[in-house]
Amino acid sequence: MVREGETHARFLLIQPLVRMKVLVAIKRVVDPNVNVVVKPDGTGIDLTNTKMAVNPFCGIGIEEAVRLREAGTAEEVIAVTVGGAKCPETLRVCLAQGADRAIHIEADDDVEPLAIAKLVKAVYEREEPKIVMFGKQSIDGDNGQTGQMFAQLTGLPQATFASELTVNGDTATVTREVDGGLQTIKTSIPMVLTTDLRLNEPRYASLPNIMQARKKPIETVSPAELGIEIQRHTEVLDVSPPPGRAAGIKVESVDELVDKLRNDAKVIA
Amino acid sequence: MSVLVVADHDNQALKPVTLISLAAAAEIGGDVHVLVAGQNCESAANEAAQIGVVNQVLVADAEAYAHALPENVAPLVVSLSDNYSHLLTAHTTTGKNFMPRVAAALDVQMISDIMGVDSEDTFKRLIYAGNAIATVKTSDEKKVLTVRGTGFDGVAPGGGNATIEMIEGSAADGSSEFVADELAKSERPELTAAGVVISGGRGMQNGENFSLLEGIADKLGAAIGASRAAVDAGFVPNDMQVGQTGKIVAPELYIAVGISGAIQHLAGRKDSKVIVAINKDPDAPIFQVADYGLVADLFDALPEFESALG
Repeated sequence: MVREGETHARFLLIQPLVRMKVLVAIKRVVDPNVNVVVKPDGTGIDLTNTKMAVNPFCGIGIEEAVRLREAGTAEEVIAVTVGGAKCPETLRVCLAQGADRAIHIEADDDVEPLAIAKLVKAVYEREEPKIVMFGKQSIDGDNGQTGQMFAQLTGLPQATFASELTVNGDTATVTREVDGGLQTIKTSIPMVLTTDLRLNEPRYASLPNIMQARKKPIETVSPAELGIEIQRHTEVLDVSPPPGRAAGIKVESVDELVDKLRNDAKVIA
Repeated sequence: MSVLVVADHDNQALKPVTLISLAAAAEIGGDVHVLVAGQNCESAANEAAQIGVVNQVLVADAEAYAHALPENVAPLVVSLSDNYSHLLTAHTTTGKNFMPRVAAALDVQMISDIMGVDSEDTFKRLIYAGNAIATVKTSDEKKVLTVRGTGFDGVAPGGGNATIEMIEGSAADGSSEFVADELAKSERPELTAAGVVISGGRGMQNGENFSLLEGIADKLGAAIGASRAAVDAGFVPNDMQVGQTGKIVAPELYIAVGISGAIQHLAGRKDSKVIVAINKDPDAPIFQVADYGLVADLFDALPEFESALG
């Protein structure tokens, strides 16, 4: 944009420096196919030697950002995560999927969504991306808060549960999966997007891309370097398995099934 | 202590989940106020005023709230928050959209999707796709919560006569605008409130075959759902998805047809009283949680089931 009083020559000088970045916040979580086990002492989930993965919704975010770059809309895709010492492993997966570089904010593995939103905001202010993507929820905590909290803290518009994204200059049109069906909204850019399942199907990283990802940079920063002090607001007093269900029975025929439902379970007339 | 429940509604009427949020509010205790933010939402507000547990209804009727855009609703809720110890709404796509913004604006760590109230600061919620129940205590002075649709029995819709107070809304924030809704129309009960749910999975093979479920649904007064696999395959629209990231259902009777039973789907219907599984694969994980399992080809079993229901 040329401001009043600026010369055209100055515009030409500035233009190449304006790069549209996409920042994707990702989380390292238990692999979605693992059956988790509650620790007998009630302190949490036993994650010892458990297979970990990129939260599936965050993987969809990386894929969408990479597609924006491939379409020429975005020029750089940055993955950011908050968590412990194993996080670089997970960031490498995102780099292999096509992210250009990554930022690891070193912290505990169970930082609360509000603190994560504050940390990502600090990165946002430094990097100035035009689109910031989050998964709509992580499959461990199932909170579904971080993207919206980030949007509030930065004062940006949000498009949550996105199943389609179209970027047109300085606006984004997003189709959202809502309880009653689909809703389309239009936001200004910069904006925040949280991904739903149908936004895309993430690619598998090819071997050359995995090799190449090893050379891509992962920057490590501490919350203090970002000027954020992490404060816990909640305490988990107990984690227990849900009440078990009594073992069921196999019926031999539809008639037997209807008979059981009518006369034993009494759930149909 | 006083609790503000932000109503989930479509301007004409309250959504049934609002009665469930009110049940959680009543368990917390104190005065219960309801905020109805919408456009031409008078009938929804009148409905709220008739609910026994409600002491007062606040109505913000303005164009900015017509589609519950979070950039407009969140500041409204924040502006009212001084008067309340607890801010609640349903864990629907509307509540999930604006409530985290409210929490962040108040520097509060929200507690999502609560299914139980232990005390005014301690709540139960499911984590890991419903595979564990966490008891969470918050040190925040103000509590910001969303309520799980199957976590409480809804309060009675009548028996009250609360005052209605109109409050000033503000203009739209302008950074976001509504374009269009493409909402599914169905004569059947809502999935999240249905007494009987019959769901189809990948085994249905295509969208047309879901018609095999319709005759049974008609006879049982059931809602029709689907597994993620069936939605991903494009058989049926997203609003039919039952599971961790779709709808949470708690019917008296849940019938899973051609659904293998991934962890994420099982999460969505754990609260069902009686579960029936029909699947031709005897080793499908769904049989481990079904009260009644029938190993059969669904294309034979469904017509037979429909006629057996008379």
